[in-house]
Amino acid sequence: MAAGKPPVIQIRRVTKSYGHGDATVHALRGPSAPDGSPLGVSLDIEEGDFVAVMGSSGSGKSTLMNILGCLDVPTAGRYLLDGIDVGHLDEGQLSLVRNRKIGFVFQSFNLVPRTTALAQVELPLAYAGVRAAERRRRALAALSLVGLGERAGHKPNQLSGGQQQRVAVARALVTSPAMLLADEPTGNLDSHSTEEVLGIIDRLNASGRTVVMITHEDEVARHAKRVIRLVDGAIISDVRQAEVDGPPPALAVEVGV
Amino acid sequence: MIAWQMLRFAVGGLAANKVRSALTMLGVLIGVASVILLLAVGNGSSVAVKNSITALGTNSLTVSSSALRGSATAAKKLTVDDAKALATAAASDSPAIKSVAPVVTTTGTALYGNISYQPGSIVGTYPAYFETSNQKVAHGDYFSGDDVLNARKVAVIGSTTAKQLFDTEDPVGKSITIGGTPFTVVGVLQTKGATGFNDPDDVVIAPLPTVQNAFTGFGSLNQILVQASSAETTAEAQSDITRILMGTHAIQDATKVDFRISNQTSLLTARESTTKTFTVLLGAVAAISLLVGGIGITNIMLVTVTERTKEIGIRKALGAPRRVILGQFLAESTLLSVVGAGLGVLAGIVGSHFSIVGIKPVVIPESVLGAFAIAVAIGLFFGSYPANRAASLRPIDALRHE
Ligand SMILES: Nc1ncnc2c1ncn2[C@@H]1O[C@H](COP(=O)(O)OP(=O)(O)O)[C@@H](O)[C@H]1O
Ligand SMILES: [Mg+2]
Repeated sequence: MAAGKPPVIQIRRVTKSYGHGDATVHALRGPSAPDGSPLGVSLDIEEGDFVAVMGSSGSGKSTLMNILGCLDVPTAGRYLLDGIDVGHLDEGQLSLVRNRKIGFVFQSFNLVPRTTALAQVELPLAYAGVRAAERRRRALAALSLVGLGERAGHKPNQLSGGQQQRVAVARALVTSPAMLLADEPTGNLDSHSTEEVLGIIDRLNASGRTVVMITHEDEVARHAKRVIRLVDGAIISDVRQAEVDGPPPALAVEVGV
Repeated sequence: MIAWQMLRFAVGGLAANKVRSALTMLGVLIGVASVILLLAVGNGSSVAVKNSITALGTNSLTVSSSALRGSATAAKKLTVDDAKALATAAASDSPAIKSVAPVVTTTGTALYGNISYQPGSIVGTYPAYFETSNQKVAHGDYFSGDDVLNARKVAVIGSTTAKQLFDTEDPVGKSITIGGTPFTVVGVLQTKGATGFNDPDDVVIAPLPTVQNAFTGFGSLNQILVQASSAETTAEAQSDITRILMGTHAIQDATKVDFRISNQTSLLTARESTTKTFTVLLGAVAAISLLVGGIGITNIMLVTVTERTKEIGIRKALGAPRRVILGQFLAESTLLSVVGAGLGVLAGIVGSHFSIVGIKPVVIPESVLGAFAIAVAIGLFFGSYPANRAASLRPIDALRHE
């Protein structure tokens, strides 16, 4: 990692609140100012890092992730993605950012119904205007990367949960985005499928992709290089488990053994 | 390429709800088919009127007797003398009148062998009748002035009558018996075709004195058919007739005439404009059903957008630009309307091959193109509201949708 390269994600005093007046819920608040008003969450994430965001239910993990993925906008604060202030982008530019820079994986898979795995993975490429033949080639490559080359013609209702989530991962990485955002990607999976999906994410990170992953399982968080804990919309701990430049811990252990 | 992709998404979207898509299309289908069919019916009836104008004969005026209002004396009936006065005038000082044919009409049963048939009408007249009423002999010959003078028992029959009595046999030279009087068939008229009101081919035409002698007696005439020398002189002919008949009927006051001269052409022209109004009305009703079909598209597309909000959120999260989402739903609604309209055109054209309430529909080519184009435009227009709603959803709101 070249020194002086800016962090891929920079958020500055970001808050997110829902509702008005007394009923206001501060989903993201950060530390409180002396007068009790929220100061907002600030966070930098380096390129190539593998960050696990942990916290109990309702602590604001998904809210943070949706802001990072440009699916939602913060109530206040700035978000710089690759040095660009996302708050200044219009709707069209935002969809470009979502398409090119971000790969999103959801807890509930979120595959498009009635669409084959191949067409599913081709979608982001189609929105990027990639030609049909090239699209197909890259989608098939992404599917074989997640071990589903044989299942390209299957529709979501013909795939197991683990397979569906692997299709979702293939879809998220097919455009070679700068970062992969995963909101509890293993939350709905059994232990075997969890291992498979985490293995893929480890390898993606090892090949240089930045990964931010929400989880509430320590077992899963052990795969990350850095673990951030949220409580009531504020970061209460930020622990580094491995170097940004090195391999993710899970792969390093294998090498060590 | 993107367009092709959109079309595939659209077909997929519609195929996911086959029954619903089919019913929505049915709405458009009915709209388009009814526009085409109802306009064709309206057009068909005005074509029929036009045909009956030509069938009536050119520049013909019909003189008939009318009740005299506000007069003590009964109306004087039209007689052969009136017709003769008109004919004399035509030959001398009234160039606007070309020919005159007195007409009596009656009904009776015609017998040929053991076949019995009642023709629509039995007409007694002069040979001038044929030209004036645009009746041409297809086979055989007309009866002549000589036949009239000698009250010969000859007849020219219409094609319907010929078919009923003789079927495939050649009627010319055969003898038919009407009310005990034998008539020799000398000619068969060309088929004019029914105009929807009566069948002009269901007729027996014989010399006036023969018919008077056998059936009606030598009293009054039903009408006098007058042919003006040209379309321009019909008004002049009309005033000549009025003048001459006022003379023969000894009437001084032009407001108290006891006869009526009708110019059938102008009557039918008026009727033609009525059928145009009728066509417009039919078209309006059909247009409303097309509109209802369009509203059906909006309705179903709104349901589709609501149902697929989550999918829209997923697509947006994957970086689908606004125009792609817009395009996808517009493609769906347009596809619904295009397919519906296409089938509607088909149904309309097939339907127009059947005659409806006695009218043979005549498809107006513009109505086919117009109905199709309007249906497609309706698909775009009525689809754009739901499509817009889908496209402007915020990704996170769409994704959270249950
Ligand atoms: N759309 C929303 N409207 C109102 N409150 C919301 C909404 N989304 C999240 N919240 C609230 O914000 C807080 C954080 O939610 P979330 O980020 O989903 O938590 P986590 O993912 O950590 O379980 C919760 O208290 C939740 O009730
Ligand atoms: Mg959550």
